[in-house]
Order: sequence, then C-alpha cells, then structure tokens
Amino acid sequence: MPGPGNYLQNYGNAFKNGGGKMVSSLIGASLPRTDALAKVTGKAKYTGDFMVRDMLVGKILRSPYAHAKVTSIDVTKAKALPGVEAVLTYQDIPQNRYATAGHPYSLDPKHRDVADKTILTARARFVGDEIAAVVAVDEATAVKALKLIAVEYEMMKPLLSPEAALEEGAPIIHDEHGSNILNSVGYHIGDIDKVLQTADHVFDDEFETSIVQHCAMENHVSYAYVDDAGRIVIVTSTQIPHICRRIVGQALGIPWGKVRVIKPYVGGGFGSKQDVCLEPLNAVMTLAVGGRPVKLDLSREESMIGTRTRHAIRIKIKTGVSKTGKLLGIKIDAVSNTGAYASHGHSILMAAGAKFKYLYVFEAIKYSPRTVYTNLPIAGAMRGYGSPQLVFALESHLDNIARKLKIDPIELRWKNFNKEGYADPITGNKILSCGIKECVQRGKELIDWDKKKARFAKEKEQAMNWRRGLGMACFSYGTGTFPAGLEVAGARIVLNQDGSVQLQIGAPEIGQGSDTVFTQMVAETIGIPTSMVHLISTQDTDISPYDPGCFASRQTYVTGMAIQKASLEIKEKILEFAQKMIDVPATDLDIKDAHIVYKYTERVIMPLTEVALQCFYDPLASAPITSDVSHNARFNAISFGATFVEVEVDIKTGQVEIIEIINVHDSGKIINRQLAQGQVHGGVSMAIGYALSEQMLFEEKTGRPLNNNFLDYKLPTILDTPDISVDFVETVEPTGPYGNKSLGEPPVISPAPAIRNAILDATGVAFNQIPIRPQIAFEKFKAAGLI
Amino acid sequence: MLKEISFTINGKKETMTINAGETLLEVLRERLHLTGAKKGCEVGECGACAVLVDGTAINSCIYLAVWADGREIVSIEGIAKGGLPSKLQEAFIAEGAIQCGYCTPGFVISATSMVESGKCYSKEDVKQGLAGHLCRCTGYQNIIRAVMKTLEQ
Repeated sequence: MPGPGNYLQNYGNAFKNGGGKMVSSLIGASLPRTDALAKVTGKAKYTGDFMVRDMLVGKILRSPYAHAKVTSIDVTKAKALPGVEAVLTYQDIPQNRYATAGHPYSLDPKHRDVADKTILTARARFVGDEIAAVVAVDEATAVKALKLIAVEYEMMKPLLSPEAALEEGAPIIHDEHGSNILNSVGYHIGDIDKVLQTADHVFDDEFETSIVQHCAMENHVSYAYVDDAGRIVIVTSTQIPHICRRIVGQALGIPWGKVRVIKPYVGGGFGSKQDVCLEPLNAVMTLAVGGRPVKLDLSREESMIGTRTRHAIRIKIKTGVSKTGKLLGIKIDAVSNTGAYASHGHSILMAAGAKFKYLYVFEAIKYSPRTVYTNLPIAGAMRGYGSPQLVFALESHLDNIARKLKIDPIELRWKNFNKEGYADPITGNKILSCGIKECVQRGKELIDWDKKKARFAKEKEQAMNWRRGLGMACFSYGTGTFPAGLEVAGARIVLNQDGSVQLQIGAPEIGQGSDTVFTQMVAETIGIPTSMVHLISTQDTDISPYDPGCFASRQTYVTGMAIQKASLEIKEKILEFAQKMIDVPATDLDIKDAHIVYKYTERVIMPLTEVALQCFYDPLASAPITSDVSHNARFNAISFGATFVEVEVDIKTGQVEIIEIINVHDSGKIINRQLAQGQVHGGVSMAIGYALSEQMLFEEKTGRPLNNNFLDYKLPTILDTPDISVDFVETVEPTGPYGNKSLGEPPVISPAPAIRNAILDATGVAFNQIPIRPQIAFEKFKAAGLI
Repeated sequence: MLKEISFTINGKKETMTINAGETLLEVLRERLHLTGAKKGCEVGECGACAVLVDGTAINSCIYLAVWADGREIVSIEGIAKGGLPSKLQEAFIAEGAIQCGYCTPGFVISATSMVESGKCYSKEDVKQGLAGHLCRCTGYQNIIRAVMKTLEQ
C-alpha cells in the first residue's frame, strides 16, 4: 500500500481545482427503465424464449366437470401413442397436500397457508381441475395423447355460488377441511350495536363484485429439468422464486435445497404469479422422463381458468351517522367466493378488512368476513388483494349516504378522514404520514369539481339522453404484509475493480419497474452514477439473496430498506479502506459521483476506482469489498389516494364514456416519477375494466367457463381507455427508506367506485354491482323510468 | 405435408422445409430462434406476435408460414439498425411506454409501419391503428405518447 503522502497531495490539489462534478439527487428522477432497451428491441428473454435442445412438451388433462369424482382412469392408449414419453395421474405422484399461496413460510403451524392442493387429483373441484398429464415429444402428440386418456367420473352437485356452498346438506368440497367455509376470522372494535342504536341515521347497503382475471400478457409458463448434480431446476414466470422453491419441495416431499428456481424476464403477473400454479407438476414431469427438460406452457384459455382469478365478494354494510355527517360505526358482512382451492382466499378478506380502517375515523367497527369454497376456478391474489372489492362497497355506500343526507360527497368524507398518529387498535400499527386531504383537494381542483357540479345539476333538469356526472372515491392501503406476514428482504452488493457494483436482490422485476428504482437507490446511497450499478435482473434461488418476492406493493419499501442498508454498508467499507490509503478518518469522507471526497467541502480526493483497484490487488491488504444484508421490516406504512372522474352516460344504450379520470396518490416520496405515473396508468386502466366491462362468465348450471379468451372477455383496448391523469402528494413516510410507501397496487383500488358514483351523479341510478356493462345499465335505466 | 419456402427475414434470405401447418410465429421462434415476437393468445386477439410482411403488420400466430414464401419479413429484431434503436424505439424508452415488455415488440412493429408509411396520423388514427394490440400494464398512455412524438418528428 502506498503511503498517504501521494494521496494527500491529490487531496490538496483537489481543493485547488474546485472539486469534481456532483450528481444531483437520483431520488425522484424520471430515469428510463434499466431493461427498456432489451425489451424494445426484442432481446429480453422470457421463460418461453429459451430454446433448450430436445425439450419435451407437457400438457394437462383438465376436468370437464365442476364437481366429480374420478372412478376410473385408463392411460394405456395414451401411453402407447408413439412420441408419448410419460402419462401421469394422481396414482403416480406423491399426494402431499400443499398450499400454493405466495406467502412467506411461518414457523407457527397455525399461521401457515391452507394446504388443500395435490399434484393432480381424483376429485375434480372445478371445470379445469388437473386430473392427468402427458409428456410428449411435441405439442400435437401431447394433445392427441390427452384425448386417449379414458376417464370415468361420478358426478357430484356443483356448488357454483357461496349461497349454494353454504346451504345445509351441501357436499363438502374439501372433506379434510370439514366445511365449505374456508375462513371467517373477523374483528370488532368498540360496541357497534350501541353505536347503531344511538346514531341519528343508520344506512344499509349491499354490493357485489364479479370474478375477473389478471390477463398478464405472458401466460403462465415454465420448464424444468434435472441438472447433472441431480437437482430439479425450474425456469418459470413467477413473482415468488424463493417461495416457489419451498412449495415445490413441500409438494414433492423432498428437501427444499434440492430445488432451484430461476426467474427470467416476466411478462406481467398482477398477483396471478404470486402463486405456485405450474411448478410442482412441471417438476414431476421432468422426473417422470429421467430429468429431460419439459416445458409446461399454458394457452390463454387455460391461463384464464387454470391459474387464479379475483374473488367475487358480496358485501353488506350498515353505517351509523350523526346529524352532522360524522361516521360513527360501521358493520360489514362480506362473503367471498374463493373457488375450488384456498390459494390466498383465507387471507384476502382479512387483509382488506385491516387496510380500510385507516381511511376514516369510526368509534366502532364490526367486520365479519366469510370466505367460501365453491366449484369455480381458484381465486387468489390480484392487485389490491381484496381492497378493490371492499373499497368499491365502502365508497359507493358513502355516496349513497351523502345523497340521502344531501351533503356533497367530498364534504362527507372530509369530515371523517383519519389523520397522522392514528393507531390501529388491533395491531398498534400507526399512520405516520397522511396526505389524503391534500389528495382530495388536488383532485377536486384538477377536475374543477364545484363548477362542473353546478353546471351538471342544471343540465340534469333537461332530462337529456346523454348525461354528465362527477364522482370520486378514496382509499387507504398498506405497504407489505406486516404484521400478518414476515417482511424480510435481502440485498447483496459486490464492488468491481472499476468502482462499479453488482446489485443482487431476491425481489423480482415483473414489469413494475423495481429494477430501475433499486438501481437509483444504490447509486444515490453509494454516490455513483446509475451507469455504475449493474443489477442482476434474473432471480436464481441458488444465487439471489432471500426475499419472498413481488407482492403487496412491498418492494420499494421493504427491499428498499435492505438495499439502503447494503449500500450504506459497502460505502462504509470503501471509506474505511480509503482511510487506510490516505489517513483521513473514514467519518470525514464521502463518495460523490464515483469519487472519494472530503465530506464537509465535497472536494475530490481520488476516483473511487483507485480504492476499488487497491482493495482487489494490494499485496498485503487485498480484501475485495462486498456487502450482503437482510432487513426485517417491522412496520407497515399506510398510503392513501383518491380518484376523480367525469362520465357521460348514454341513457338509451347504457354506454358509459369516461370524459376525464384523475388519480391522486399519497405514496410518500416518489422514487421515479415516470415509472410511478406508469403504475397509475396501468392500475386505473385495469380498474376501468373492472368497473365497466370485465367479468368471467360461467354456465349457470355446469360451471363451464363461457369467455376465457380475449375475444369474449372484455379487457380494455386502446380505444376503450381514456386519457388518464396522475398526480402525487409527496408526503415523507418516516419508516420508508427514502420516504416512500406503496404504489404498485393502490391505483386499481378507487377508480371503480368513483366511476359508479359518477354514474349515480349523472343519472340518479345507484348501481350496486360491477361491472356496469351497457346491457345491465340499460336495464336499470329502464327500470328507473329513464327510458 | 412438407413444403419448401424462401423468404427474407430482417434483410437475410432464408430457405427451409416446413410443415404446411406451421405458423409464421412458430417458424420465427422455434426454427430461427427469433423470440422477440411473443405468443400471447395464439388466435390473433392480442397482437404480441406482430411482424411486418412486405411492410404490413400482421399477427404471425394466425399467418401460415407458407404464405410468407417469397415475401419480406421484418421482426422486432430487425427494427434496430446497426445496433442502434430506431427513433420510435427511442421514444418508447424516453416516454416510459414499456413496463413488462411482453406486448412491446408488437406495438413497435405496428407503430413502425405507421411511421414508415409517411402518412399523417391524428391521435385517434394512432389509437385505431394500434387497436389490435392489448397491453395490461401501461393503460396505453405512454405508448400513444411515444408514437405521436415519433410521428411529429
């Protein structure tokens, strides 16, 4: 190591030269995505893009019946078909019951997910349930072989609604569970009966939401093989690589370390890939053919029924209100249709129930959820995790109340908003930053609420066929799953010889932009340009630090904490090494724009690369610098926001046109403005579909899907999507690593009730169900005497 | 039934024997390993598989490879020239028009055919022209912005 002299000389020179060029703050900057070039040129490789030599094709035989027992299954003919390598039924496969939900494991058996799934089944619980599987040399052969499997079924009564499943004497869908009620754990705060008895007004409503599907553009796809060390490798389009490894281990009854999961680029998930849908079966498929690679690639039609959907929930609300419009107590009964297997069903209504109470002040709350098994496709996690359903009911209900009390809907809410310092009486979790009032104020100004309200009121007297209306709705949401779930995240940073770093994280990018904001965080915290941060985008459970995955809008917050910690640690190590080189205390040093600087003046001492080179190659002191940390987050930051919308309703056709829609979010500090806006655009667009067009339809008696394709399922196209305006109220969340809190899911929560409320304002017709499709709207307008 | 076909792909001549039932998407992805065109629905509903055939954007998942005989095909891999992204691709990056990226190649292909047509397009025309492409991430906002920006240049 050279003596300090030379460096001190430079240090002095740097003073004279006026220092180096500094980077301004990267937090809040609209940097382009780190993967944008790879994606726009078609170079980005998704799971289906890897062409492995001699890859076999796996196909699933799905039940044509919603509820039936397999009485016999004959695979002889299928096995005999040339090109068929394996045919699998439940008889060939370990029947370990496992849970598919992408939650971290719990050491407490009482807190574990519901293990009700087996790889292939002899009991069909929905149309599409997995009865048998084939592995063949190509797709055509595999499809042919599926047709040669002879299955006899004993029909059972299909239970296609929670009502049917709850009827006395209804067959039990999961015998070992003993009841069709998957979960009914609720809570109460205060004395709701007393509050409702003494309130000046009590309002009752009932709402219902429909089953919708995520429709990520990339279908569920994976491929698996056994490597030369005898371990199962699964390359898969997943939001939860580390959890996936554990669940495959559990399903197969093998040590978890025998499984390696790799996640390349993912073409969207929205929660459908926060679940283990393909991987256990794919693992069994490769084992059945001696470890040869097998691809399991679902068609769109299969993905729409064979993966996950959003829960349809029926919600009854009763609210006590004072004369002055103060909300006093609320009683919510919710019945959720979770379909054939638990997936996330047992936790979704609990999560939604935990998150809404931060929005308004209530003396008393009684929340009674029931989640019910039915013979429909499996409902699981989907962007917002129960909140879009519950908030649709709550915010529609509030507009009904405002109308009956003849108060402006904003005024009613304004009187009741919660604020900083509120602590959830059950968990103790607190609101530490709260911009809901600012969000509403901003939205009100942007849409010109008061003026338009007055104008539309006049127009309404003319009973025109095209009617304009204004609506709004608010929401509160959490960041991550704490305290229900463990929120741990890992980050590893490795310094290179040129002063650049590799960042490894276990938190997957699936399109939301986490890789880019992580890069910004590292660059900002260490003091280097983003071009010197090389993020390893692919997660590989053999290499990537542990992180449960991409869900609950947790990554910028929880993984952000780990990244900040790792960045600070590596920076400290670099400065300590620099101290050895220049004999200036590390505490007096800083890194700016990839240079070691004197902290108090920011005068440049030497380029970072000199320290990096020295730490690699110093003959005596060589010790390449890395940091490898985990962070366990013990807080849940509450985010807020509101949607404002203007609609024009065509009374004669029931068509609703969105003239203007604005989402204003308090997600704390925004890390990347352009990407944040993109999250809001996508969430609002998804919510417009939820409000007006999207609905999975099933044949009433048999439960057969009627529209599991993009022609018949009405996903908003570019022509259906209006201009979407976005604004942010940037509070500073003290627990957020960079003042930030959740944003990924929140945009999808409040648009549907805002649209519904705008239709109410325009027409006086109070819809209590979504989607408000033209036909449904037309019928209601007719019934209301508008036509 | 086997059939020999010849076509130009991204400026390169290819001759191969294929099954008559193979789609152009299968030939591009599985035989030529050009995986930029994506499979999203396999029935022409989502547009993720779009490529240019003699300058016109088509859904390659419902376009038989035998029809490509003698034609000039451009896939997403052929849009960037000399390793440099096209103006449109640059605009997609700058305007934040990309999220998961799965639909992106299809949008770029269709929008490229608009940009290269030399015609004038209003915002409404752009939306009409891209109506065959589905995107679940972006709400289409920044895609429209990127295409309009390129058309205005």
